[in-house]
Amino acid sequence: MRKLTLAIAVIAPMLGHAASAEDTVKIGYIDPLSGGGASVGEGGLKTFQYLADELNAKGGILGHKIEILPLDNKTNPQESLVQAQKAIDAGAHYITQGNGSSVAAALEDFVTKHNTRNPGKEVLYFNYAAVDPSLTNEKCSFWHFRWDASSDIKMEALTNYMKDVPSIKKVYLINQDYSFGQSVRSDARKMLGAKRPDVQIVGDELHPLLKVTDFSPYIAKIKASGADSVVTGNWGQDFALLLKAAADAGLKVNWYTYYAGGAGGPTAIKQTGLDHQVFQITEGFPNSGNQAAMDFEKAFRAKVNLSLWYPRAVNEMRMFKAAAEKANSIDPVKVAAALEDMKFDVLDGGQGFMRKDDHQFFQPIYVSSFGKLAANEPFDEEGTGWGWHPVSKVDTPQAMVSTTCKMVRP
Amino acid sequence: MLELVVISTLNGVLFGMLLFLLSSGLTVIFSMMGVLNFAHASFYMLGAFFGFQLTKWIGFWPALVLAPLLVGAIGMAVERYGLRNTHKHGHVAELLLTFGLAFAIEEIVSMIWGKSPLDYRVPALLDFPAFTIFSTNYPAYKIFMLAVSVIIFVALLIVLKRTRVGLIVQAALTHPHMVGHLGHNVGRVFMAVFGVGSALAGLAGVIAGPALVTQSDMAASLGPILFVVIVFGGLGSLPGAFIASLVIGLVQTFAVALDGSLASALGPLDPSAGPSVLTDIWNVTIAQVAPIVPYVLLVIILIVRPMGLMGTRES
Repeated sequence: MRKLTLAIAVIAPMLGHAASAEDTVKIGYIDPLSGGGASVGEGGLKTFQYLADELNAKGGILGHKIEILPLDNKTNPQESLVQAQKAIDAGAHYITQGNGSSVAAALEDFVTKHNTRNPGKEVLYFNYAAVDPSLTNEKCSFWHFRWDASSDIKMEALTNYMKDVPSIKKVYLINQDYSFGQSVRSDARKMLGAKRPDVQIVGDELHPLLKVTDFSPYIAKIKASGADSVVTGNWGQDFALLLKAAADAGLKVNWYTYYAGGAGGPTAIKQTGLDHQVFQITEGFPNSGNQAAMDFEKAFRAKVNLSLWYPRAVNEMRMFKAAAEKANSIDPVKVAAALEDMKFDVLDGGQGFMRKDDHQFFQPIYVSSFGKLAANEPFDEEGTGWGWHPVSKVDTPQAMVSTTCKMVRP
Repeated sequence: MLELVVISTLNGVLFGMLLFLLSSGLTVIFSMMGVLNFAHASFYMLGAFFGFQLTKWIGFWPALVLAPLLVGAIGMAVERYGLRNTHKHGHVAELLLTFGLAFAIEEIVSMIWGKSPLDYRVPALLDFPAFTIFSTNYPAYKIFMLAVSVIIFVALLIVLKRTRVGLIVQAALTHPHMVGHLGHNVGRVFMAVFGVGSALAGLAGVIAGPALVTQSDMAASLGPILFVVIVFGGLGSLPGAFIASLVIGLVQTFAVALDGSLASALGPLDPSAGPSVLTDIWNVTIAQVAPIVPYVLLVIILIVRPMGLMGTRES
């Protein structure tokens, strides 16, 4: 009898715990929280925590509170799998990740295998920033959804803008040596070649990912090549240090980038004095002119003390809520089915949709430039006094690419 | 082409001198005490973080003096209460102690300052282009780094080779008992040497912090290359470390500047013309492999000349 009482005393709280754990929707946030990508990863974590708080304040998803589990993957695919398992063991049915397409490929594969082996315990992978096209093409998975525009969509939009700038004559490509950097490089070559055959590619560089501490040798090479424009997909410290070295050497070219707005980027651009010579391609930016987005930006900055770098994370979390409500369930399989072909009004205005064929989200894309602010542009970056200024907008139908994905459905 | 060569040479020398600044302390400790200090890069990191913090409180120039002194004091404490006790158990115990210390320091630093890069700026006094060559600016701060490295090199050489202090320190390594009988406190000599070596690492940290990135993984990213420098130059040889630093700085910079690949070197015989699993290897440019070049050099020198460029003994 005493043994039984003891057993109940031990087990009862566990049951209680399990029941309360079912009440929250746990999202494993798997991104670098140390090492070269830490600044980017910490910014993303704060964004997701803010979004979770925002949803929780309005009653969560179908009455369930949302909890973000921060898991440090050190930008390492192997480590990410360990962290993904940790998230699953902690009761998470959703994981989200963004930094590093090599990591994303490993996670996509992991989730697919996990779901095949554990029917009834499926896990969905929400990708908010890993943009290697292969993730929604040859490697595509039913369990993976991407809210960021893939690298080829971004390059399509960027080159559509660049083809109308006659001053571009010599282009230098510098990218990180991994799947994403390589896809930026090959897309740039292909699309620039098709749209502006007169433009000369004077350099094509791949450098190690998040390992270079001094970019001056690379800057010397860019300078010697006589380039007037540089195209780069660099992010994190690889962008900040590249610009820092360019500032030190006094290199004056136009920069066409994917991620100039990331942590450290704006400070480095201000130091170079390149007023409206650094361009960025994103799905939204602080001074977009859309009132709802600008109100969100203001509230976000006031609380988190960062500028919103992931409008796509806002779209991801809000659309997750909408899908769960549409399915009237937080079961991953039902949410996944609800997300397919779902239309959604994005943060910065306009409508996007999650294509059923490959689980890629299509949305309006913007080119913006960084420099002195106009009167109606209230937001600067990193205390520089400079901010993003709209240059060109590409609507959803013009920001679409085809897919080779043959989706395997459960 | 001339432009690229001149600028790459300059960049290579600048990077090489930074490497020397870092490895000088390691060389001093190794040559004088026989301790291979795995925590050396961690002292360098401590220097950068102390430098950042003190710069915020009292300005860069006082920090340039105080931060290395602080790091030196920590180094002396490590020698007095750590290494001195493990010394009698031989080199492996010492090695393991410093190895563990490196991890402990990294964790402590990231607990205090976080894991993101810090905004450690070049002091305003040195924030201008020193000169312009082929329309490329050279920041005054890099020239300052160069000057400090050269001063340290000359000062160390003079102290070790031309003064009584150097004589006693060198004798203490090979004949500790004799030096002790002559009335010198051998323990204190070792403690001072370790302190000076750590302080040099700290100085390198204060100076390199603003030029590179100040964050908690900086020790791990620069640590391995330091061992390349001292092994390449000859374990325990100061001039060897100086030359090795320059060679590695130049090799790494020039490797980035070169675009050739195996395929292009073979010209019309290019084996990648046909489809093959090796196509990728043939087409990798020298620039892409630049970061591993120093480690290849390390392997080659260990095979060809195990004592290093200027080393005198094979340990």
